[in-house]
Amino acid sequence: MRRFAADVATLARKDLRLELRARDTLPAMLLFVFSALVVFHFAIPDSSSRLASNGLLWVAILFTALLGLGRAFVPEREHSVLDGLVLAPCDRSAIWLGKGLATLSFLVAAEAIALPAFALFFSGLGASAVAGVALADVGICLVGSFVAAMSVASRARELILPLLFLPLAIPIVIGGVGASVASGPGRYLAFLALYDAVFAILCWASFEYVVTE
Amino acid sequence: MAASIVLVFFVVPDDADQGFSQRIFYFHVPIALTSYVCFGWGAWKALLHLWKRPPGADLESYVAIHLGVIFGALTLLTGSIWAKISWGHWWVWSENQLVLFLVLFLFYCAYFMLRFSVEDGPARANLCAVYALFGVVLIPVSFLAIRLAQHVIHPVVFARHGPRVHGTMLLTFCISWAAMLGLFATLYQVELAGKRLDSRLRELRELLA
Repeated sequence: MRRFAADVATLARKDLRLELRARDTLPAMLLFVFSALVVFHFAIPDSSSRLASNGLLWVAILFTALLGLGRAFVPEREHSVLDGLVLAPCDRSAIWLGKGLATLSFLVAAEAIALPAFALFFSGLGASAVAGVALADVGICLVGSFVAAMSVASRARELILPLLFLPLAIPIVIGGVGASVASGPGRYLAFLALYDAVFAILCWASFEYVVTE
Repeated sequence: MAASIVLVFFVVPDDADQGFSQRIFYFHVPIALTSYVCFGWGAWKALLHLWKRPPGADLESYVAIHLGVIFGALTLLTGSIWAKISWGHWWVWSENQLVLFLVLFLFYCAYFMLRFSVEDGPARANLCAVYALFGVVLIPVSFLAIRLAQHVIHPVVFARHGPRVHGTMLLTFCISWAAMLGLFATLYQVELAGKRLDSRLRELRELLA
């Protein structure tokens, strides 16, 4: 168990260091989420409600995550690093969890910009909305990095990732929007936690089959 | 098989006493249940493939999901027709079964995209099997999410409409469901036989060449 955690930490640290040196994913995500919010401001009419803008925040988060996920396995694909990782003497699901954690840190960094910007442009967010975003981030990154690993194996790659990911993300959006607009958000937060737990177990158990034959 | 379908066509008009539009119930609901059975069967074969690796499980899983998508499309179609007749709209977001089907339909369309964009081989079989398993987990999760969203996002109280089924109606319903399952089983066998023949033919051709 401790070895697994150490492997995951090493892999996540590798991705973070790569990002610190190359800086090709995070700035793109930051700029994307910011410009998406500006576009949304013009896309919804002035008279529309606070509820509508809350929904758009979730669209922005989801697409920003997709942007990051599309890049997630690019370093592994070049020079076929993935084959090396699969051969390494560690549990294969550590590859998935390490990637998920690295993506999660990018997404959280992007949201550190996006949520204040949203509060500035549209309306303030409650504590339950922020909790919803945090729980949803976990689900998005865990499921997303799993699906990203799948899409790397296909010919269509970047094209197929959103197709695979969006149907799986619909429950997250439902839970997240519920947590940010409903009067009793507890149920939605519990649902998001359940989603995270169920899909984390499923991904952990089946990642082996995605990278091996 | 054929006899059961004929029986349904004869029995349904007898007891559809709630107006003509009610009759679609005997098609819509069995088709929907059958497509769940297809997805479940596909996921079971996928699990079997990952677990014990019997040859052909991947193909069986694919054929079951393929048929499930066809039945799912029919469900959306019949549900939409029913919604038009009884509520006056082609699409009603407050009908959570239909929304669930839409999510599943999108999901399994992505399954096909995945399948056709990966080279044939063990890697493809694994990816497809894992994705099929995700689908069967997504069904209850989405169902829960959509049920949750009913209460707040759409403030319409979901009235449980539809007939109380008893007596001959239940019988008809069961028979038509059995007929749909029979249809599924037959199509499944035919499709599977076709695919197997196809791959054998390809092997033979390679041998000749």
